[in-house]
Amino acid sequence: MKKMLLASLVAAGLSSGAAVAAPAIDGKVKIGVIGDMGGVYADICGPGCVTATEMAIEDFGGKALGKPIEVVSADSQLKPDVASSIVRKWVENEGVDTLGGLVASSVTGAIASVASQNKNIMLISGSASNGFTTKQCSPYIAHWTYNVAALANGTVKTLVSEGKKKWFFITADYNFGHALEGVSTKVIESNGGEVVGGVRAPLSTTDFSSYVLQAQSSGADVVALANAGNDTVNALNAAAEFGLTEMMDIAGLLVFTQNAQAMDPDVAAGMKLTTGFYWDMDDQTREWSKRFKERHGGIPSMAHAGAYSATMHYLAAVEATGTDDPDKVMSWMKSNKPNDFFSRNAYLRADGRMVHDMLLVKIKDKASRKSGDDIYEILNTIPGDTAFNPMLPECEFKY
Amino acid sequence: MSKVNRNLIIAIALLAIAPFVLYPVFLAKVLCFALFALAFNLLLGYAGILSFGHAAFLGTGGYITGWAMLNTGMSTELAILLGTAAGAALGAIYGKLAIKREGIYFAMITLALAQLTFFLYLQAPFTGGENGMQGIPRGELFGFIDLTNNLTMYYVVALIFLFGYAVVSRAIHSPFGQVLKAIRENEPRAISLGYDVNKYKWVAFVISAALSALAGSTKTIVFQLASLTDVHWHMSGEVILMTLVGGVGTLMGPIVGASLIVTMQNYLSTGEMGNYIHIIMGFVFVICVLSFRNGIVGQWNKFKAKNF
Amino acid sequence: MFDINLFALSGQLLIGLINGSFYALLSLGLAIIFGLLRIINFAQGAMYMLGAFCALLFLKWFGMSYWVALFVVPFVVAVLGILIERFLIRPIANLDHLYSLLLTFGIALILQGSFTHLFGSSGLPYSTPAELKGGMKLPFMYLPNYRAWIIASSVVICGLTWYMIEKTKLGAYLRAGTENPQLLQAFGINVPLIITLTFAFGVGLAGFAGVLAAPVYSVAPDMGSNILIVVFAIVVIGGMGSIGGAIITGLLMGIIEGLTKYFYPEASATVIFLVMMLVLIVKPAGLFGKEG
Repeated sequence: MKKMLLASLVAAGLSSGAAVAAPAIDGKVKIGVIGDMGGVYADICGPGCVTATEMAIEDFGGKALGKPIEVVSADSQLKPDVASSIVRKWVENEGVDTLGGLVASSVTGAIASVASQNKNIMLISGSASNGFTTKQCSPYIAHWTYNVAALANGTVKTLVSEGKKKWFFITADYNFGHALEGVSTKVIESNGGEVVGGVRAPLSTTDFSSYVLQAQSSGADVVALANAGNDTVNALNAAAEFGLTEMMDIAGLLVFTQNAQAMDPDVAAGMKLTTGFYWDMDDQTREWSKRFKERHGGIPSMAHAGAYSATMHYLAAVEATGTDDPDKVMSWMKSNKPNDFFSRNAYLRADGRMVHDMLLVKIKDKASRKSGDDIYEILNTIPGDTAFNPMLPECEFKY
Repeated sequence: MSKVNRNLIIAIALLAIAPFVLYPVFLAKVLCFALFALAFNLLLGYAGILSFGHAAFLGTGGYITGWAMLNTGMSTELAILLGTAAGAALGAIYGKLAIKREGIYFAMITLALAQLTFFLYLQAPFTGGENGMQGIPRGELFGFIDLTNNLTMYYVVALIFLFGYAVVSRAIHSPFGQVLKAIRENEPRAISLGYDVNKYKWVAFVISAALSALAGSTKTIVFQLASLTDVHWHMSGEVILMTLVGGVGTLMGPIVGASLIVTMQNYLSTGEMGNYIHIIMGFVFVICVLSFRNGIVGQWNKFKAKNF
Repeated sequence: MFDINLFALSGQLLIGLINGSFYALLSLGLAIIFGLLRIINFAQGAMYMLGAFCALLFLKWFGMSYWVALFVVPFVVAVLGILIERFLIRPIANLDHLYSLLLTFGIALILQGSFTHLFGSSGLPYSTPAELKGGMKLPFMYLPNYRAWIIASSVVICGLTWYMIEKTKLGAYLRAGTENPQLLQAFGINVPLIITLTFAFGVGLAGFAGVLAAPVYSVAPDMGSNILIVVFAIVVIGGMGSIGGAIITGLLMGIIEGLTKYFYPEASATVIFLVMMLVLIVKPAGLFGKEG
């Protein structure tokens, strides 16, 4: 009896048919926002990315193809496995068409390998890796807000051209940090600079003083922080404490507004960085940011603004093509230019890269800040085609 | 038909029907964690030793299987076997190091060893570090059963789970299991009876490690991913929670506990309550320890003994 | 070339000693609690985080200065410790100590989760007190005054604690309570009160370390869980329950970590666990622990 049942279990498994991978083309738009709701990137693209997406849907009128647009959201907990299983359930079982938010390259990568197979559009706003438009590229990815290359081309190139030729890296010892260091090194070397040394600090290091000491004795002009979030803040604090800021320039390669607010103004003042968006740029950004702040409680990060902008462009594509078929929607998105408070001089490239103007900014000192939110001074605008690397010929869509 | 057999048949029938009611990948995840908790409970519930480092074995299974699938082209069942064997080998070494100590000392040592493992996987080039190992193919079982179909995958997981359950059940009902229980109740007495207590504990530890690795290997195949989450010490804490909620020292407890915790995480992570996940888990821990130490199954057994 | 390296090395050693000061304070607290209550306090890291947050919040709410916070905050944390011991740990004190380990694990999750929910995860800045700004030039490095203050104050606190436990009458009660609580009770000593106060003192030390850390590390909800596992390893290396062992090992491991950061930074987060494994193989009871 037992054996028979086991056999039937096996038989049921064998007979359950071939794999089917198809998106839900059902005329009903459902967006799944996945972010970090309670971890280290929660302030950067967590509940705020959900709010931004909801705002986009409301501003769009709440309906697409004549039916209400649905939003679901989830916490990736910054774990690739958690994220991948949520997304699998969403796309295979709950009719989610499109994914938004998407922070931390490790998580987004795991999601991409599920979503791209299933032809689900991903509007990536929080993650930095260049991989989404190179090694991992897919016809269904729109990498919206920024990437590693844009950060390096903005901040690093500017400093090298100012004559800061010798660089020292304090790099977070994981893929994102390595990528940021690698891309930046290329930019430094191709502009006549050199890398004189570097250390790789474990992720979530609390005390950077030892690395700061090593940087001090390197004789570099610039110490680049190839890390993110709390790591950047901690490294900067240590640098200031040990007098490094007086000897060398510090370049934070990835700094979100929330990180900049967490830095002591006396320490961070004068630091130059690249961002995809700043709330206080002009009336258009201020208008949207004010509405966002009222709902969310804090000023928007570039990831928040990007999530709004990407959702708007996606919904416009759905409405214009009259379908939620991902192939048709993506092709509309790529052939029509997005234009809103975030997307300036923007277009979505064939490889999925959203090319738009980036900003080079400087952190203000205490005296010139009018409020707690007044943190950056915009130095100049970096045109999209300069900021983002040209499309690579080897990007071949696998799916 | 005996009662045990009847229960077993009902359980198998439920496992067979379940994927037509619930999403198969979710069920497969539940079964993987249930197997993990079962393996863990073999130690805590039947030998009375608390390991705070079981994530090391879950993760090892996953990484080794993932590596085999990506790099060697071996068929899925061999990759899973390899992962399990790696977990058993690691368990044999860690068991040797830790088993001499008792109680809290044992917990601390296993925790530290697991931490060492975590950093090894973080640094080792083949694991992909923070990104994890992605895009692992599910492959074909025995070279001809395609596992890309979720339903097929689920049934394979169900069979692996039943196998694990059978191993644990066999172990605790055998003379070996009786000795373990004797050690749990009164170690000096077991020693005076002439049992080589450390050897028994060590064997239990290795079995538990191997089954944990089996769970990890299977999970990797299902999700096509191996990541640091599975080796992080939070995972070691989670498996304790699952066992505790379900009922320490019962055969069904870890299964019930794992189902509940995985469902809860699944529900919380996609709802309005997403922000509160850690707080809620914390409260569940505190409540269980303070006033629900028998767990769901333990409490049910007590209730049944009283009323029926 | 050689003397430059020697200079750099001395700098790393000093930095290691500074980090070791935090390890010493935290592992001392754990060791004291373990010594009398036989429980591993998983919430020690959360108490450290709480100390840093209290310093920050009291400054914001009441304008409390760093120096006042240094005295007030440990007491606030200790009071929370009293509540936790009295209402959560005591009811299960007679059970297997593994339960109290799990209980404190749950408390740590709740505290960390709540602070993340309330204050976000990015970490908040806390300024160095004006009196300790600046630094002094040593032959081999620039030593910020605040870092010097960290070493000095934690060595003093650790020393005083050690003296109190090993050399005073109160300490004698404590040690007696560890050996034989019934006997001590029979002498008319209120043992439950001693237990409560010990727990409070242990977590108070963590609170103190938290205030000390606030100006140098950013105040973040996960600051405690990051350091906790390392501190556990230190307690195991030192020999669980050994007061002097916890202090010395804490400082020693800080130095070893500092050296690793110089020679092979990638391994700096792992080296302590490696040391722990070696110690366990050679001396299972820890460097300063008693066999048995």
